[in-house]
Amino acid sequence: MRTTTRLALGTALACAALSTAQAQVRAEVVHWWTSGGESAAVKELALAYQAAGGTWVDNAVAGVEAAKATALNRILGGSPPTAAQFNTSKQFHDLIDGGLLNTIDEVAQKNGWDRMLPAPILNSVKIKGHYYAVPINIHMPAWFWYSKPAFEKAGLKEEPQTPEQFFAALDKLKAAGLVPLALGGQAWQEKLTFDAVLAHFGGPELYLKFYRDRDARTVQSDAFKKVLLSFKRLRQYVDAGSAGRNWNDATSMVIAGKAGLQIMGDWAKGEFQAARQVAGKDYGCFPGLGPRAPYIVSGDVFVFPKTSDAATIKAQQLLATSMTAPATQVAFNNRKGSIPIRTDVDAQAMDVCARLGLQIMKDGSRHLPNPEMLVTPDVAGAIQDIVTKYWNTPQSADDAARALAAALQG
Amino acid sequence: MQTLASPAPRRRPRARHWAAQLALLPMAATVLLAYLGTLAWSVRVSFSSSRSLPVDDFVGLAQYSRLFASERWLLSLQNLALFGVLFIAACLVLGFLLAVFIDQQVSGEGLLRTVFLYPYAMSFVATGLVWQWLLNPELGLQAGVRALGWEQFGFDWIVSQDKVMYAIVLAAVWQAAGLVMALMLAGLRGIDDSLWKAARIDGIPRWRVYLSLVLPQLGPSFGTAAVLLSVSVVKLFDVVVAMTQGGPGVASEVPAKFIMDHLFGRANIGLASAASTVMLLTVLALVAPWLYARSRGARLGGQEGGR
Repeated sequence: MRTTTRLALGTALACAALSTAQAQVRAEVVHWWTSGGESAAVKELALAYQAAGGTWVDNAVAGVEAAKATALNRILGGSPPTAAQFNTSKQFHDLIDGGLLNTIDEVAQKNGWDRMLPAPILNSVKIKGHYYAVPINIHMPAWFWYSKPAFEKAGLKEEPQTPEQFFAALDKLKAAGLVPLALGGQAWQEKLTFDAVLAHFGGPELYLKFYRDRDARTVQSDAFKKVLLSFKRLRQYVDAGSAGRNWNDATSMVIAGKAGLQIMGDWAKGEFQAARQVAGKDYGCFPGLGPRAPYIVSGDVFVFPKTSDAATIKAQQLLATSMTAPATQVAFNNRKGSIPIRTDVDAQAMDVCARLGLQIMKDGSRHLPNPEMLVTPDVAGAIQDIVTKYWNTPQSADDAARALAAALQG
Repeated sequence: MQTLASPAPRRRPRARHWAAQLALLPMAATVLLAYLGTLAWSVRVSFSSSRSLPVDDFVGLAQYSRLFASERWLLSLQNLALFGVLFIAACLVLGFLLAVFIDQQVSGEGLLRTVFLYPYAMSFVATGLVWQWLLNPELGLQAGVRALGWEQFGFDWIVSQDKVMYAIVLAAVWQAAGLVMALMLAGLRGIDDSLWKAARIDGIPRWRVYLSLVLPQLGPSFGTAAVLLSVSVVKLFDVVVAMTQGGPGVASEVPAKFIMDHLFGRANIGLASAASTVMLLTVLALVAPWLYARSRGARLGGQEGGR
């Protein structure tokens, strides 16, 4: 798949180089989008850039960590790429502190990013008044996906609106002989489930007190303990083969109707699409419990390593402009399974779930930054270790709370 | 190679010595810069507060005290010790037995050798994945046996907190035992036939010959096997990632995975460097006595044999 894409890209670029004499606006882009849907998505970015008069040099590195390491090593080694992918988070803030990134203030001001971008994303890319990254998509990591046939089999008519209804639905699924909750028992998936429980059962305030304020008293509170207990309660609804399972295998269980529900990011839609299932018909999606459910915002950005070379700076600014253009946004995000960073786009081509997401994005009060925007990768990792231990061992909620309080200070 | 094809005229030893030294210079420089230099650099980083970028400050032993306060790190050391002992012992015993078995002039020896050695040709990642499926209680052995009628059959090591490390040992032994077998077989074949004849004339049972005569002679083979196995113990990473990703929970964490996680995903190269330094010191502590014994042995041997 990758080779084909590369070939296609290469051919397209060769044609572009021949037809236009603008080879000097050349951008080498490091990213980790290598799966089928992902490379189709990145191709849209390349085509848009090419249409704007630039030359896209694709540098796909398999694996998120490997891609980040490549970018970091090249920046430190003195031969940085024109742009490098990171998540919408604090991952690249060390680079900013080290003075290793170019700003794209001009582009941002010209296009009115302050008004256009949702607050969590703006806060992630605009640091001390300067724009250091171009956001490219919005992923919501805690969607609830469910199998319509499974819900029918269990006699469930509608989507649960409260935690009580949610647990009742799981009970009914279990009674119908299904796996109520499809979970891949890997540490990051357990953490993702925990974040969903914290945001949807505990509420946005508790979530922010925990991740943003790192308030040790909150962690010891009854409300937080209730979240921990609810999280652990989910364990009774998971099958024995969960440990170590990949997220897409868990999605397959929902696709096959063997499992009722999965909590996973909107990248799961790619699996449903590959299985030729249609959103709203074969499977359903809800972004949380009830009509006011918070919408956790995450996604990807490109950063622009420091350079004083005028041609490269021009290439970087052209990237920022073409990536955020409305048409590129729709084309890219449709392939990627995410939603555009701006709400002023044409939603016609999107599916039910994406349209729902876009609708919610218009309401600022429902936005919730994802944990990695609020804490460093190091602290997020420490929290993940504690969550996975708590999930997998008979550790008490009190002990887990104590460990979390300590990790937040770290 | 060249000397084999066309023997060069003999030079004076001193000149050859000088030329050889010169030829070795690039290698010496590589060793100094690429190996020792980077090593010193990581030790230096472990004393700084570096996050995703190396910083040039000095925080003393702060990273080390954080490291040893980390439950996950301590657990990973424990796991490594458990894995190391079981893995090396099981591989040596099993490899030796397999070699003895093949040494009985069984028919189809070539085929058996290939079969036993085959797993070693597979990458650890593939091994890990295969065993992950085999041991998955919903798909693999357990489900298979239950489907045959033994409803109570349980084999869920891989999802159990206490037994997951044994599941990993199982997969790793399956992979590496063949290598030990090959080494042992070479050793066995090196034993003089007259020994066997003498033993037969004396009427000594076979097992007794293996235990008292053959085994001691296989010392060097065991040494080589143990060194190779120890190296894969310290490197233990891929099979864990492929089989369990360190789970369930943090039950099968190993130091190499801890280091990789903190180096990249968690953007904390200070802590990762501290962990690598600890690993390095551990390996040195284990290897030093062995190196000492070997150099002593070589010196004694040299004195006996002369030059």
